[in-house]
Amino acid sequence: MRHIVSILLENETGALSRVVGLFSQRGYNIETITAAPTEDNTISRITISTNGDALVIERIIKQLNKLVNVIKVSCLSDDENGAVQREILYVKLLASTHDAREEIKFLCDIFNADIVDVTPEIFVVQFVECTEEIDRFLKALKEQVNIIETVRSGVCAVARGDHYLHS
Amino acid sequence: MTMMSGAQMLVHTLEDLGVEYLFGYPGGAVLDIYDALLDSKKIKHILARHEQGAAHMADGYARTTGKVGCCLVTSGPGATNTVTAIATAYMDSIPMVVVTGQVISPLIGSDAFQEVDTVGITRPIVKHSFLCQKASDIPKYLAQAFYLASTGRPGPVVVDVPKDCVRPSDKFEYPGVSEVKMKSYNPTKQGHKGQIKRACKLLTQASRPVLLVGGGVILGNAADKFNDFAKRVNMPVASTLMGLGVMSGEDPQFLGMVGMHGTYEANEALDKCDLLFAIGLRFDDRVTNDVAKFCPAAKIVHIDVDPASISKTVVADVPIVGQAANVLDQIKEALDELDFENNHQDLSEWYAQIQKNKALNCLSYKDNANCIMPQEVISCLYKHTKGDAIIATDVGQHQMFTALYYKFIKPRTFLTSGGLGTMGYGFPAAIGAKVAAMDKDVCLITGDGSFQMNIQELSTCLEFGIPVKVFIINNHTLGMVRQWQKLFYNGRISSTNLNSNPDFVALAKAYGHEGMRVTQKDKLDEAITQALSMKDKLVIVDIVCDIDAKVLPMQQPKGCMADMFLNEV
Repeated sequence: MRHIVSILLENETGALSRVVGLFSQRGYNIETITAAPTEDNTISRITISTNGDALVIERIIKQLNKLVNVIKVSCLSDDENGAVQREILYVKLLASTHDAREEIKFLCDIFNADIVDVTPEIFVVQFVECTEEIDRFLKALKEQVNIIETVRSGVCAVARGDHYLHS
Repeated sequence: MTMMSGAQMLVHTLEDLGVEYLFGYPGGAVLDIYDALLDSKKIKHILARHEQGAAHMADGYARTTGKVGCCLVTSGPGATNTVTAIATAYMDSIPMVVVTGQVISPLIGSDAFQEVDTVGITRPIVKHSFLCQKASDIPKYLAQAFYLASTGRPGPVVVDVPKDCVRPSDKFEYPGVSEVKMKSYNPTKQGHKGQIKRACKLLTQASRPVLLVGGGVILGNAADKFNDFAKRVNMPVASTLMGLGVMSGEDPQFLGMVGMHGTYEANEALDKCDLLFAIGLRFDDRVTNDVAKFCPAAKIVHIDVDPASISKTVVADVPIVGQAANVLDQIKEALDELDFENNHQDLSEWYAQIQKNKALNCLSYKDNANCIMPQEVISCLYKHTKGDAIIATDVGQHQMFTALYYKFIKPRTFLTSGGLGTMGYGFPAAIGAKVAAMDKDVCLITGDGSFQMNIQELSTCLEFGIPVKVFIINNHTLGMVRQWQKLFYNGRISSTNLNSNPDFVALAKAYGHEGMRVTQKDKLDEAITQALSMKDKLVIVDIVCDIDAKVLPMQQPKGCMADMFLNEV
């Protein structure tokens, strides 16, 4: 089962590598990872989506808590309130024919994605949605048009309501 | 405030943190630190002959004293040579600070001479590490390093110091050492009250309980409290390898070591118990045998300072996170509340069963009339030292023989690499121990294989007058590997014969020490007496032993705790 683990981390040299290293060292899987400073630039927030049963997630959280640079850890997918989660997708598509351009526009309308860059040959589409919806959008694109490259941000998430992760 | 260079601040900080002995080896990146060290009146530097040796010495010092062991090495190979020792300390949770030199900051990342990414290489085997960016980081990071190493679950911490941070020409105001506060580091001290109550309730209900003690009780200086507790509840006590010495090996309540080479009575008790009350251990695979078959009938109470150790392999029914000493205090109160003395089960039947298992005498062995048996060497050494010596071992058969046949009486008298199983650990660890406790006999029990892995430290002992006693169980083979080849590889002996050993007696003399060889059973007693009587001399006693002695009993692989080979098959 997929879980989203949020980590508040001291923004120090090598801190991110300790987190990533722990996952590989202990044989845990990282599906996606995002990291950036919070409103306090001495603290970073990392969001990792990973797979595993409840026991594995419990072990991951305990091990993360042991890292000296880690301030707080929370498993958002276990949160009773649930979590708001989004990914950003950029996909570069071959749009050299009228048909291709029409198809891209059609799919973007359906999925509510934006064409954010247009050149005579190539469109870039931006799509902000949950992981499953992005997967569906990519699948639809793949069947109809030529994908040149894709880039996904990985999951970014925050707990709903009054649950929060704060230092 | 006094103006100091980074190097002088480093030395002063170590002094202010209470460092008496610094084990190390100089080199290019730490020249300035070594220069500043010359002016220190408080720190004595012990020059090892290999950086691995220096770091193991710091480890042995830490295990003996309970203080943080400290070691100083240069960049590049100096740092990489400490890696095995850092991993050894990490696996056994030993408080240690390793200060490594680093190339000057502008050269970091350029593949400079003697540059390695020390923080990167050591990352998976340290509790934490620091890379100093500027001179003023040095006092701060060192104080944090000592604090981290010695609190919570102890462990090694690396402080990497680029050479430009210790430049003699740059002077700074030395701020001194202040109390460390770290936002993101707050180890749990007290146990959860509700859980402790539940655990104690189980103590009142159990009719077949076993207390299992681990190295955490030694590291947490809680051996006395544990013994008070064990005596009060009057329950049988088993120990992990690292827990040996918490309860006296002579105590009638004591069942001995558990695990792969544990005693029959200890393993059998775990297999049959209805309550396993474990404190200060992490259920290593050498302890549990097949986890799925581990203690099938037992409720498991697991007390440890490290929450990540709990339910990592063996799932606990009652998890308690806290420091051993505090939790034992809390248990005492909870037992008072439950009026334990008038409210517990009758254990006489359980003790009778244990007594029957003890009577099997699982440590009896087939003697060889013509050759010294390793087991009798250990028993003889125990007889002569009366459990009062500090015993270090290397890794292999002699290590297990020591764990089984030497009756450790007090905590911090047994230094062994339990988690990592590092051959070559014992000799430098014994040196660190002797430095810490000059008034004690410090004996190394080693093998002809292990001893040769850090044999160069004989030179260190001569230079600094460190009279360790070295007993080599010399069977001209890598005995434990041979044992497995005999048992599980149809006796196909692959690369375990050591037929080209040096003459250890001549070698002792070449290094300026004493040496003697024993080949006959009836000379063993006399040789050990003689070696121990030469108080100021390092003595190597080369004891030629039976090549086919086997460490028994031994658990059958993938079995339950009680599935054991008792005799040679």
